[in-house]
Amino acid sequence: MSEWRYWLNEQRGTLTGLAIFLVMFVIYVANHPAGFTANVVHTAANKGVLLAFVAMAQALVVITAGIDLSVGMILVLTNCLASWIVVGGAVPTALGVVAVLSTGVLCGAINGILVIYGRLQPIVATIATGAVYFGLALLLRPFPGGSVNEDLADALTGRLFGVIPSSLVALAAVVVLIWLPFRRSVAGRAAYAAGSSESAAFMSGVPIRRGKFAAYLLGGLLAGMGGLFLTFFTYTGEAAYASGSAYTLWSIAAVVLGGVSLYGGRGSAVGAIFGAFAARTTGDMLFAFDVDPLWQPLLQGVVLMIAVSIGSLALLRVRNRLDWFR
Amino acid sequence: MTPAETPPPLFRMEGVSKRYGGVRALEKAQLEVAPGRIHAILGENGAGKSTLIKIMAGVVAPDEGRILLDGQEVTFRSPAEAAAAGIACVFQELSLIPDLSVADNIVLSNPPRRFGMIDRGAQRALAEEALARAGAEDIHPRAAVKDLPLSRRQMVEIAKALASKPRALILDEATSALTAADVAKVFAVLKRLREEGLALLYISHRMHEIAELADTCTVFRNGRNVATFTAGSRSNSEIIEMMIGREYSNVFPPRQPVAKPAKAPVLECRNLGWTDRLREISFSVGEGEVVGLGGLEGQGQRLLLLALFGVLRGTTGSVLVDGSPVTISGPAVARKPPLAMALIPEDRKTEGLMLPMTVRENLSFAALDRVSRGGVIDRTKEEQLIDDMVRLLEIKTAGLDIPVGTLSGGNQQKVVIAKWLMRKPRIILLNDPTRGIDVGTKQELYQLLRRLAQAGAAIVFYSTDYDELIGCCDRVLVLYDGRVVRELEGDTISERALIASALNVEAGQEGSAI
Amino acid sequence: MSETSENHVSMRTRLPSFIRRADPAVLTAFGCILLLLFLGSLYSSNFLSPDYLLQQLKVASFLGVVAAGMMVVILLGHIDLSVPWVMTAGAMMACAVAGFGNTGSVAAIPVGILCGVAFGLLNGIGVAYLRIPSMIVTLASNVVAQGLMVVYTGGFSPQDSAPPAVRWLATGAVVPGLPNAILVWLAISAAMVFLLTRTAFGRAVYGIGNSERAAFLSGVATRSVVMIAFVVSGALSAFGGVLLAGYASKAAQAMGDAYLLPSIAAVVLGGTSILGGRGSYLGTVAGVILITLLQSILSVMQMPEAGRQIVYGVVIIAMLLLYGRAPPNR
Repeated sequence: MSEWRYWLNEQRGTLTGLAIFLVMFVIYVANHPAGFTANVVHTAANKGVLLAFVAMAQALVVITAGIDLSVGMILVLTNCLASWIVVGGAVPTALGVVAVLSTGVLCGAINGILVIYGRLQPIVATIATGAVYFGLALLLRPFPGGSVNEDLADALTGRLFGVIPSSLVALAAVVVLIWLPFRRSVAGRAAYAAGSSESAAFMSGVPIRRGKFAAYLLGGLLAGMGGLFLTFFTYTGEAAYASGSAYTLWSIAAVVLGGVSLYGGRGSAVGAIFGAFAARTTGDMLFAFDVDPLWQPLLQGVVLMIAVSIGSLALLRVRNRLDWFR
Repeated sequence: MTPAETPPPLFRMEGVSKRYGGVRALEKAQLEVAPGRIHAILGENGAGKSTLIKIMAGVVAPDEGRILLDGQEVTFRSPAEAAAAGIACVFQELSLIPDLSVADNIVLSNPPRRFGMIDRGAQRALAEEALARAGAEDIHPRAAVKDLPLSRRQMVEIAKALASKPRALILDEATSALTAADVAKVFAVLKRLREEGLALLYISHRMHEIAELADTCTVFRNGRNVATFTAGSRSNSEIIEMMIGREYSNVFPPRQPVAKPAKAPVLECRNLGWTDRLREISFSVGEGEVVGLGGLEGQGQRLLLLALFGVLRGTTGSVLVDGSPVTISGPAVARKPPLAMALIPEDRKTEGLMLPMTVRENLSFAALDRVSRGGVIDRTKEEQLIDDMVRLLEIKTAGLDIPVGTLSGGNQQKVVIAKWLMRKPRIILLNDPTRGIDVGTKQELYQLLRRLAQAGAAIVFYSTDYDELIGCCDRVLVLYDGRVVRELEGDTISERALIASALNVEAGQEGSAI
Repeated sequence: MSETSENHVSMRTRLPSFIRRADPAVLTAFGCILLLLFLGSLYSSNFLSPDYLLQQLKVASFLGVVAAGMMVVILLGHIDLSVPWVMTAGAMMACAVAGFGNTGSVAAIPVGILCGVAFGLLNGIGVAYLRIPSMIVTLASNVVAQGLMVVYTGGFSPQDSAPPAVRWLATGAVVPGLPNAILVWLAISAAMVFLLTRTAFGRAVYGIGNSERAAFLSGVATRSVVMIAFVVSGALSAFGGVLLAGYASKAAQAMGDAYLLPSIAAVVLGGTSILGGRGSYLGTVAGVILITLLQSILSVMQMPEAGRQIVYGVVIIAMLLLYGRAPPNR
């Protein structure tokens, strides 16, 4: 096998996510009344970026064979916080952004501490922290409201040179500045190793705890970025429970569509981004087909169901039934 | 006994002991490993070799004894500490991360860094160098470990050990999964490492390998080192004697002559095969017969039992019960009449029992359909059957409502057997049932096996303990590489014959001294 | 490891037998209930009045029915995230059928439950036969259920008021003073205890939760057991939704959203391991009452929703740290 085939093999999950997204997006654009215009792309990008941030956060944790059911609530909390403090002149705004992102990191750190050092199961621990984060959000914003530095918001949600959606540029910057360094760091490799086989990782002297903690921490940071962007899009803060849990649930779906294994050790946050865009596009598809928008959630559900069932074809290759039980 | 020209030892163990529960795995073991030497460790299954290695590699801590490195006493709290001290180990159970690439795995313990990030270029170079040193240039550094066949993974494991630039290298059955060409390459590597002054500890069952490689040999038996000698100074048969020893601690019930009945055997296999792991296996077991499966570990014995129990998919050939062909689609079918099979699985902790559940729940778990009506458990009936079994097998427990995990290993194993006897099986498949249990319980199990056979059961008995095969079985099939290479019957079942056929050498072969 | 568990056993044998038999987690949960009532009574003596307690049990019964199904699935080591919309679907379908005159009224409850059975089957096939992680299958079927309900309610204005039979089941009282909802919960609880402790199915559920390998090698039809468990969970979710519709007099979108996390929390706080195989039904009852009481007391104390969520989360974490930790150093 030549070099690029190994690359293909390594990126299989991510590329599957990309393929799913491209197919959906092409169908969507082809049938969109306006066609492939900067406007259509811009709207699609802005819709997808929010879920993409949350999905990246989820992917980091899922790679360690954990799960974070509080990502949506971290998004809501940081959204509410941003609607208070990301205002005013350049300096207060910058400080506000730093504070919002630090809050995300702190939330992720709490999850990590409870799971790694508290030895709680990630699923229940993050359900509980999710409730706390939502409570804090509600404390900040009992009613929807607030504002945000509109110049910054418009800059980050508008278009560069009139064509490129700046939210996509921001997302790409995050991939380059956060995800790629993490993936290439010792902690990142430890996160993968711990997720793939914790006992083998222990045998090889891998810093398991450091890797897992870094994953939870960065997960919080990315969810916080999602919250920040939500504020930029809406100009307000709102502690909406339904929206928080929807983000959590769709982040899991996005991660799976993007080729990240829920058993840990496999996949990438880039795949999760494609998964997020694919999930979003599915929702918009029927709009392009001019079908009643009421059918949109059902179509999303059916597509999701089919997408996750495809993976089970591998079962047919299992020759020893004991291999069913991992 | 060590020759005078041996350099001072790099690594030394003094009086090291290790117990698991009540079972002693290592008893006051002594070992010296010198630099620039290949030191072979020999011993039967369960002689304490793996425990010895695990202690050296920092995976388990010894209960007592001292470990000296360069004359300094050391304690390894984790594999990482042992690695830092320059001890690398090629484990039998692979220590590779399946989802990472070959290069990632090779540098896993200590990846090369630049500006805090893993330097992929340097990593690639290191990996290629290590693969080349191991003679495995055919493995691409970017391939994912999980996509490699077992033999390639074994080579990666060797390369990984070499990449850490160790001073002492332990190879535990490192060649067991390799092809002949790979073995030759690995040998060349090991000889070169010896010249570079590494201390090498080589564990293998293959006599001819040891003959070719080793400078010094140590034989282990029952957790003790019984002899250390210069390679080449003993003949094959002398070494086999040492491995066997003369301590017959087990008393076996007398064999009953099995009258060859006119009717068809209870269980018969014809040309049974499965992937490339089981090939053309044919044998039959009659009523009242105990047929043993022997050979080195991992030669297909366990898979054969699983195949008979319907766990493996896509088996070829046929299985006949009472002379008529049957399709066994899974344990749920196998356990029901007319098959009425039982399988005592390999690992009682994960496959035989649910450790946190009570003794009662475990005992009746496989027989719930027999003690319930319409899905509702008849508690009186359950109680009665459980009582019978506890009495029959003399299970020692503080009560029926305590977790089965709190019982001793022997009593746990009795629970596993009892849970199947509750179904009154006709065909009983046992996968190394005496592993890790005490001598007393072993005796009881031998008696029980014979009683069950006399009551008309057909028994297939895989054991890693040759004594047991000789003492318990009417016939023994020796497996090698998924095939039956030899069938021993009656008086021809001897340790010498068993070990020789398991190692795939001729029993009378005295010439090739090692 | 075996030594510590032996110590544990010997320590416990000194306790009176009825305490010894009970799970420490269940005792802690009941202890917390008493503590909450005590703290509440300091605030207002109303907290100990029979009326208030009955009202709490009535509210708890909806969560109780849902949590019963969730527990079976969690005992297997799986999870059911399809609760919210399966509840809603059950409620809406029951109300819809009631629109068809008398026969409709009679069929309302069975039809609602059958909806849940259908979604349970979908989940069960995905988890047991296709071996997709339960988290993602049930998530997908939740979205499908939501989609179906959105289509159903969106196209036309559906019959959404609960039929009398359903209302009677939720709010009426056969025994004067004792709401029927509590009786329903009691009946389901009795059935659950019977199912989990007296039947082969119950034993198989615990067995699979502890070691699916061992259960499979013991000849248990593990796939059917898993599938049936998801069907039970789906049916009970839908039934909980029907009852809730009766209580609120109508079925509404998103009515099940507030039940997913509390049902998981109730099961886990009751001492059931999220990894499966361990837990008693009594604990789940305790968990349900605990959560309902906690929510109620916080709301009576006029703690704003925000504070309630925070206290709620912190209490769950604190209790988990008390007795829900994994063993050290794997």
